[in-house]
Amino acid sequence: MAERTILAARDLDFYYGEVQALRHISINIPAARVTAFIGPSGCGKSTFLRTINRMNDLIPAARAAGSLTFRGQEIYAPDVDVTDLRRRVGMVFQKPNPFPMSVYDNVAYGPRTHGIRDRRRLDLIVEESLRAAAIWDEVKDRLKKSAMSLSGGQQQRLCIARALAVEPEVLLMDEATSALDTISAARIEDLTLELRERFTIVMVTHNMQQAARISDKTAFFLAGELIEFGNTERIFSMPRDKRTEDYITGRFG
Amino acid sequence: MQRAKIKPAELAMRLLLLVCALTAIAFVLLITAYLIAAGLPAIREVGLASFLLGRTWDSTNASNPQFGILPLVLTSVYGAAGAIVLGVPVGFFTALFLAKAAPRPLAAAIRPVVGLLAGIPSVVYGLVGMCVLVPALRSWLDLPAGDGLLASIIVLAVMILPSVISLSEAALASVPREYEEASLALGATEAETWLRVSAPAAKSGIAAAVVLGVGRAVGESMAILMVAGNVPNMPGLLRSVRFLTTGIAIEMNYAAPGSLQRKALFSIGLVLFLFILLINILLHLAVRRGREA
Repeated sequence: MAERTILAARDLDFYYGEVQALRHISINIPAARVTAFIGPSGCGKSTFLRTINRMNDLIPAARAAGSLTFRGQEIYAPDVDVTDLRRRVGMVFQKPNPFPMSVYDNVAYGPRTHGIRDRRRLDLIVEESLRAAAIWDEVKDRLKKSAMSLSGGQQQRLCIARALAVEPEVLLMDEATSALDTISAARIEDLTLELRERFTIVMVTHNMQQAARISDKTAFFLAGELIEFGNTERIFSMPRDKRTEDYITGRFG
Repeated sequence: MQRAKIKPAELAMRLLLLVCALTAIAFVLLITAYLIAAGLPAIREVGLASFLLGRTWDSTNASNPQFGILPLVLTSVYGAAGAIVLGVPVGFFTALFLAKAAPRPLAAAIRPVVGLLAGIPSVVYGLVGMCVLVPALRSWLDLPAGDGLLASIIVLAVMILPSVISLSEAALASVPREYEEASLALGATEAETWLRVSAPAAKSGIAAAVVLGVGRAVGESMAILMVAGNVPNMPGLLRSVRFLTTGIAIEMNYAAPGSLQRKALFSIGLVLFLFILLINILLHLAVRRGREA
């Protein structure tokens, strides 16, 4: 299947006040693929991820320059409806962060926010989302129980279900497995591979094996710059840039 | 493990602290015992039912004195409820503004002002209520007199604001940032996030703020003494009313020692004390539930 670009950056710069966090990022992220961002801490990969759904807007004095488009639309254009952008570009965070409410209400939160009130429709969305996040069988008898009673791995899959419930087109995963034990992390990885069929997934990871296992494309960031971007297999077998090679072989970072 | 040897100076300090702590407890026990001892005789004489449920308080009637405190109890309950209905929404939204919406410098400027509101002596609230609020109500509502339950409720609502604001703000500020980020990332607006995620997550703290507000409103006396009108009517919004607290304050200085009137005032004190005890238990439960959740 030919690759279609869904997210494209051209000379994107990003600043936190005086500090420049991203320098001239240019990248085409393909639809219906898993793209992994790797690089040492502070390299700008999480910043770039958070420009895509404009979560960086919450930080005072943060600003972007250059071009970043989602399906051809400028993300930082003044007339963009940020809430609509965030509905279409979902996010899963590093630390599982279910709301302190029931499993059901967690998943129904997004659809309710976007105006769905009909009980039967909500029931359907909740079930579908929980199934898609591979957690339905574990929680179907405790939908009314507090989400806080779930294990960490279950909470993270619930957060994925919550993100899926608003039918996003892109799912951003910000080190979504780093706070989990290895078995829970493996389940999230399997889930990511299943979800790739229906969503574009962009993930930040510190785990090199994880990037190699589940991503189609890998982007290596260093000091706010995109050093190298390409097919994961190629990046890990024949990196073109010496710095990429040093990083993936563990010589620095 | 062998316990470390305590130096004599250290031991003296600990003893001093212990004595101070016991003093507070001793006073609570003393007041409780005194109120029960002093409050029960009149109740026994009047009868519990006709004391609590009697609709007429006419303690100075020489031929047929009446000691029914229902008007006073209901006035205190309605007064506190009204103050909550008026004060809590304003206080809650102020807290939301300070904790979430306000730019930092503005919040930093407003906070000390709220603190000042808490420090104003209650007699000053009464004075302003008497000289500004009561005449204003009289002319706006075209009443013969402006004092009564409504004026008291407004004064109480302002008086409970500081504690409602500061407790609610603390509760809202301690809501983990992750919850709010998750909501925003789903496409909720900031206002939706505050109301649907932050406020529910802070609900036990807000409940504690409400209960504390009830406690202040029930216990207040000086400010409402000056605006309530002080006639022991069954409560009505525009009627002159008398609270449990003011009921004691008004009559104590002319109640003859040993008289039934004086004993009945102590009984009112006992009822008031039980109210506050109940409110403290509720507060304790609200805080504990919040800690467990």
